Parts: sequence; C-alpha cells; structure tokens
Amino acid sequence: MLDLTFAEMARGLAAGEFKSVELVRGLLARIERLDPEINSFVTVTRDQALERAEAADAQRARGEAGVLAGMPLALKDIFCTEGVLTTAGSKMLGNFVAPYSATVVEKLAATGTVSLGKTNMDEFAMGSSNENSHFGPVKNPWDHSLVPGGSSGGSAAAVAAGLVPAAMGTDTGGSIRQPAAFCGITGLKPTYGRVSRYGIIAYASSLDQAGPMARSAEDCALLLNAIAGHDPRDSTSVSRVVPDYTRDLDAPLDGLKIGLPTEYFGDGLDPGVEAAVRDAVKVYESLGARVVEVSLPHTDLAIPTYYVIAPAEASSNLSRYDGVRFGHRCANPLDLEDLYKRSRAEGFGEEVKRRILIGTHTLSEGFFDAYYRKAQQVRRLIRQDFLDAFDKVDVLMGPAAPTPAFALGAQSDPVSMYLQDIYTIAINLAGIPGISVPAGFVGNRPVGLQILAPHFAEAHLLNVAHAFQKVTDWHQRRPVQD
Amino acid sequence: MQWETVIGLEVHVQLATRSKIFSGASTAFGAEPNTQACAVDLGLPGVLPVLNENAVAMALRFGLAIDAEIPEVSVFERKNYFYPDLPKGYQTSQMAQPIVGRGTVEILLEDGSRKAIRIHHAHLEEDAGKSLHEDFIGMSGIDLNRAGTPLLEIVSEPDMRSAKEASAYLRAIHTLVTYLGISDGNMAEGSMRCDVNVSVRPKGQAAFGTRAEVKNVNSFRFVERAIAFEVERQIDLLEEGGKVVQETRLFDPEADETRSMRTKEEANDYRYFPCPDLLPLMLDSAYVDHQRSLLPELPGTKRERFIEQLGLSTYDADILASDRDTAEYFEQVMAACDDPKLAANWVQGDLSARLNRAGLSIGESPVSAEQLGGLLKRIKDETINGKAAKQVFSDLWERRFENADQVIEIKGLKQVTDSGALAQVIDQVIEANPVQVTQYREATEEKRGKMLGFFVGQVMKASRGTANPQQVNALLKQKLDALC
Repeated sequence: MLDLTFAEMARGLAAGEFKSVELVRGLLARIERLDPEINSFVTVTRDQALERAEAADAQRARGEAGVLAGMPLALKDIFCTEGVLTTAGSKMLGNFVAPYSATVVEKLAATGTVSLGKTNMDEFAMGSSNENSHFGPVKNPWDHSLVPGGSSGGSAAAVAAGLVPAAMGTDTGGSIRQPAAFCGITGLKPTYGRVSRYGIIAYASSLDQAGPMARSAEDCALLLNAIAGHDPRDSTSVSRVVPDYTRDLDAPLDGLKIGLPTEYFGDGLDPGVEAAVRDAVKVYESLGARVVEVSLPHTDLAIPTYYVIAPAEASSNLSRYDGVRFGHRCANPLDLEDLYKRSRAEGFGEEVKRRILIGTHTLSEGFFDAYYRKAQQVRRLIRQDFLDAFDKVDVLMGPAAPTPAFALGAQSDPVSMYLQDIYTIAINLAGIPGISVPAGFVGNRPVGLQILAPHFAEAHLLNVAHAFQKVTDWHQRRPVQD
Repeated sequence: MQWETVIGLEVHVQLATRSKIFSGASTAFGAEPNTQACAVDLGLPGVLPVLNENAVAMALRFGLAIDAEIPEVSVFERKNYFYPDLPKGYQTSQMAQPIVGRGTVEILLEDGSRKAIRIHHAHLEEDAGKSLHEDFIGMSGIDLNRAGTPLLEIVSEPDMRSAKEASAYLRAIHTLVTYLGISDGNMAEGSMRCDVNVSVRPKGQAAFGTRAEVKNVNSFRFVERAIAFEVERQIDLLEEGGKVVQETRLFDPEADETRSMRTKEEANDYRYFPCPDLLPLMLDSAYVDHQRSLLPELPGTKRERFIEQLGLSTYDADILASDRDTAEYFEQVMAACDDPKLAANWVQGDLSARLNRAGLSIGESPVSAEQLGGLLKRIKDETINGKAAKQVFSDLWERRFENADQVIEIKGLKQVTDSGALAQVIDQVIEANPVQVTQYREATEEKRGKMLGFFVGQVMKASRGTANPQQVNALLKQKLDALC
C-alpha cells in the first residue's frame, strides 16, 4: 500500500482498504530507515502527523472525509508552516519557527492531508543539484552517488524513494521539473499566479510558483485541485475559476498538435535523453497526435535573462535576513555594520551570496538600464515566442533537462550548473505551465519529458501527460531501496 | 553681493487610513511598541503586500485637489537599503511612475498677494519603524508600529524664495490635506514632516547653487528657523570663498542649527526597481471621476465664495477659509444668525481672542458654533445690545448656561425697546439732573450733541444696560429739545 500512487492511495483510503494511521506509520518507519542516507527531510513532524492521521480516520469513520483526508505528503522547507522549523535550506533560518502557515499549507491542511515533514532543498531555492543546502546534499534514490536535482530535490527524492506518495515543491527556473526528471517522478509547475505565493519564502517573486511533485499526472491533478485559486493575500495570484483538474484527464487526444522546439534539440543535449524524448513523442504519434517543428528564437537568451532578473529580485528579497529580528545573528557584534556583515556572511552559503552580489550589481546605479531593464525587454520577447508557438500547436514537448542526473560534486563551475536549466527557465520567464513526466532511462538514470501548454491550460496539460502514462509504465518504475 | 534663496520641499503626509498601506494592521497612534505590527509589517519570510485601496483613493483626491495630472498607470518600486527599523531591507515606494503627476498649490504671502508653487509629483510609500535609543543602555530598541503606515510624499519644485514662503507653502499643504480629510495633520505626532532643500545663488543668476537637504523638520516654526540658519550658513561659507557641499543635514531645535548627517559620497545607492509583489496600479476614468465627486469644497473656492457671495473682506475670507474647522464653525454660526459679517466679526474677534488666551483650538472651543450662532441671532433681532452680548458670551464660555436665550432670560438682559418704558426711565433721568438740563438748554446746537452723551450714559446705567442705545438717543434728543 505504501508504493501506490497518490491517487491510488486516496482511493484505497476511501474504500476502507487501509487507514491513514497505517499509511503514516509505515511511511515514518521508512523515513527512519532510509532517510539518514538519502537526506531528503530537514524536519520530520512525526507526532503531528500521527495526530492528524488519527483525526482524518475518525473523520472518515463519521463519513465526513473529503477525497484527500488522511493523505500523507511532504512540504518543501520553503513553505512557512506554523509552529514548525522552516529553514529554506539555510543556516540563516536554521532557528526559524514560522508563526504562520503559507496559503498552500493551509489549503492542504483544510483538505485533511497529513504532512510528514519538511523536505531538503537548495538554500533559498538557488541551485540545480541540491548541493547548496545547509543541511547537506540529498542523494538520488536511483543511485546515491548522483544528485537528485534542485532546488526541490528533497521533495523529488522523498517521492522517488517511496517515503511519501507526493510532495510540494516550488519552481523558479525549473526547480520542480528538473528534479522530477532526475528522480523519475511527475512534477508540475502551474501558470504563474495560479497558486498563491503567500508564505513561500521568496527567491525571485516574479518567477516563483508552487506545484505538486508525485507519481503521476493524475496525482498532480488531485493536488492542484487542492492548492489552486485566488488568494487575497497575494496580489499576483489570479482571480480565475479553478476547474476540476481530474475531470478531463481521460479526454481523447484527437487532433493533438505537438510542437517540438528546434532549439530544445541542439548542442549539449545528451543523446540518451534525446532518444528517450523522441520515443515518447512517437508514443503520442501512435495515439494520433501530429508533430511539427516550431522555433522559439530567443531560447538562447533565457539563461542570461534569468540570471539578471532572478538575482536582482533575490538580492532585495533576501535583505530582510539582517540578524535584527529573526534568524541567524552573529555573536557579539561590535556595532550595527558588524551585525549586518557578519550575520549575513555567516548565515548565507556561497551560491546565495553569489546571486545577491550579482543582483546588487545589476540593480545598481549606472547598470540598471543595461542589465535589469534590458532583461525585462528580452523577457517579453521570450514570452512572445511561446504565444506565437501556441498559435500553431496545442502543446510543446522536449527534454526537461539536457542530461540525466549527474554525480554529486561533478559540476563545480557555477555557469555549467546554470546550463542545467536551459530547457526549463524560459517557461518561468513566460509564466506558462509545464510538467515533467518520466519517459525512459539512460542506464539507470531517469529521463523526463517536458510538456508545455499555454497560460492556465493545466487541465489540458495534465490530460496530455495522463494519456502517456496510461500507455507507458515509466512512471511506475521504482528504484530498489536496500 | 545680493543673494537669493531657493527652496524646495518634500512633505510627508501620513494618510488617515485605519489600516496600513500593505497590511491589515492598525495605524492608531500611541500603542505599546510592536503591538500594531503584523507578520507583513515585521517582514517575516514569505509574507506579501496587499495594497490598501483607501490609501490610493486619498492620494488620488489630493492629486485632483491640486489639479494634477493623474497617470493611468503608476508603479510601486522597492527602495533598497539597510536600516534596523526597515524590516524588509527595502521601502516600498514609487519613483519613476508616481500616482500623482504635476500640479499646483497656491500660497498666500504676507502682503496679501498669492503665488503658485508647482508640485513636481506626489507618490505613495510606506513608513519605516522607529529606533528607540534612549530606553536601553548600550542597545537600541525597535518599534515597528509605524512600519507600513501610508505616506503621501509631496515633492515641490524649487519655487520658494524665502523661509516665509516655505512655511506658507507648508501651511497650504496642511490646510489642503485636512480639508480633504486625508490626514489629521498632527505634526506633533509626526503626521506631517518635511525635508527642506535649500540653496543660495547670486541674485540674477539662473543656475541653482549647490543644495543641502535638511531632513525631518516637523513644525512650521522649525521650517523657518532651519531655513534661516541654512541660508546664513551657506552665504557665510560662499562669502568666505568656500563651497557648499551637497549633503543631508539634521535640524536641531535645541541648538537652533543644522548639522551634517551624511555627504553625497556617503549616500546610498537605493537600487530602485519595480516591486514584483505588486502589480502596476491602474486607475480607470470612472474611478477617478468617482473620487473627484467626493472632493469637498476646497479652501480656494471657499475663500472666493466668502468674498463674493458673503461680502466678507479678503482678509476675513483668507483667515476663515484657511482652516477647515474654522470654516465649518464660521459657516454654522452664519447659518444660525444669517449675518455673515456679524458671524465673521465674532469668530475672528471675541471668540478667537478668548481661544488664544486659553490656548485652545477652535475644535476645543467651550462655546459651540450653535451657541454662538444663537447669541448672534439675538443681537441681529435686537433682543440684546452689544454690551449685553459680551456678557452672554462670557457666561457661555464659563459654561454656566446652555444657550444665549437662557442667559438673557435668567439675567434679565433683554434689551428694552418698549418706548413707553424707555420714556419713563428718560423722564426720571431728566428730572434727576436739572443742572445738566439747564446747561443743555443754554448750549449751542453743536455742544448739545456732545452733552447728549451724558444723558444716554445715565439712561443706560439706569436700565442696567438693557436699553436700546439707538432708541435712547432718539428719544432723549426729542425730549430735551422739547424742553428748549
């Protein structure tokens, strides 16, 4: 029962085949056994989870339970969770117990789901390998010498290792889709504004978006139902009707027009990854889809644009970590200047400092027009590329990452690390939704197929992904754990 | 050399919203430190701002009142700097696209002439918290109750040429924002503060001199004194062959001087950029029109109406219209007595003198507008004369009676206009003063006029001041002349 998909598990609970408490106990035991090696959790909220599981079982016994009541999951440690340590993977917040919960956390709690804890992540969501966490790197469950991808690597690994059937992640430049691909799970980044950002520790506000990471598209649909919608506490969340994302999962694909962006199949793409992705596209053709080549001409500008905008916003968002009100404060500061400098020098890791410095530089007087303003102009061009492409096709497909998971410590140069996000970053700049679904292996390393859709077309995106998962079994493969 | 002073003001007006500009926390003054700061004001990780619509409406009404350009789109930006009372490490403000564009504010100069001061723009922003250095030994405390309080920063062009003009401008802004009801204008509580930019240049020179900015001046008087000090300091410096450096200075009211805070070299690079948590603010014309319909009669319009429709002097109209409370008080008094000039005289005369002596504002007057109106009504309909009126006013001030009619009734101050009763008193007075009557009879016509005053005085005295003086005059003259 612990290895079921999230949706299957929910059906099992509803049918009375097992109880939430049994699930939670089983998973907690697995976490205890496997996680010391995988390191996917920063905090396990054992007692709370059992309490909530019991409450959900009682609710179900009274016949008052909803679909998700008693369903176990985990939260990336970037979601503020009332009364629970919330670190964002940073020493800076190593002692921060959030006094309130993020809207996503509240919404999930309202449906009766049971959080088993907070998952490890790259510090402040900055990274593509989960090696930037203050709490140590996460291991890829398929091969412990490999990275799980970043920054939602803890969530991805926890799901892949069978520690939870689903976990919440956030995606600023690919942080849901790339680790989902590396770990062989399904991860959805919704349209920017579809899910509230309130209570999510901000990295780059105009790019951050929360989304589900689970075993199937159906799982993601169930979870998106729970978390989507307008939040009056987030001015950038969109006031728009939330459809039932499970309703059209089985809708026929007839006439589906798939666009393959030329730019996503060029230099630097691992041949094994390319082969898996092209095979997946053939599966769609066999289901009646038509495939055309399209162009996203500004693709090569996405990474430089992202590395202007994201650090700029981050440099400002991270100013509040100054040692004054909460979080890490240096010992015995000499004066205010010393308090700021040492608290930040001690509290932030290398990659975070690098991005703060880049952002501070690009926003500073004399450079703003050349960098930030220019980047915003390019961002509009990138967005327009997608709008133009979606005039011709229904969805776009390509690899989620140029390579499968690489070895821990293998990417020592920050710029080559940044290139990991080459196929995911533009999607955040454009604000459109994207999903990564398991689509094969290179050796024992999973490969993710990325599917993209127009703004707010998540229902269609999930429908397309689900169609693939009905005829393939890549998403059902599990790594062998001890 | 003849020097000319050039002054521009940045006035920070605290808007009278009940909650903060980006959170639901209260803005009430004087609460225990850090009791009116929620997660958003504290800058906790993950919190997001939500714009207070009322702050937008208030800023917009200010813009409409100064006839400013109102852009369709304005943008909130982050102004980044580190300070312990700035919780997020940035202040959300507006720079490139503020909510209020160019406009004009008219000021009244001492010689009675008017001058238009151009407004460069006005923008919305959040206030920071407050550092408390005195209460802790060797440490500082932070009170974030103020953090997130909505401010409207009104930036003038450098159009003022003297300290008097600057304080007149500040008064005009104060009058306007209190008229509009968008601020309580309480300077002692920090609801209005200003930064003063001062420079001097040789008279006739077109280019501006180097300016110094004096931060956070919080009274009309301090504005004048800070400018006076700065002007003298800069002129002395220049005449000694020195140079004014561009810097930020602080006014110390105790020492009556300004002191350097930081020079241009030490200035922050604020790294403004559009706040990604707040969408651009769009104001459609229907919303703007609706806010325009909510504007009250503005001080300038009111002043013109006082002059043209009520026939008041320019002087009276200026003073009565310069303050919303005074204007409202005056209009209520006028409505009750139906005599604008009489009302103006009393509000400006007896009432104002009494309030000044007691150190009270018109809002705190022990005599309400209704009470004063009731009193003036009795002067107008000749129930009492001017002398009795002063006594009634005094009794009302002491709060011994509810209204003028009660004082008049109980104290028997009703003016005697019954000619029969008056004739009786006059006869008594004539009879009691035979010597004076003889003298009157023997006097020339010219002298008689002066002597009449004696008899009037006696009659008034005998009537305990209640006689109608005009009537007494006429009757006396008639009777005395009949004796001649």
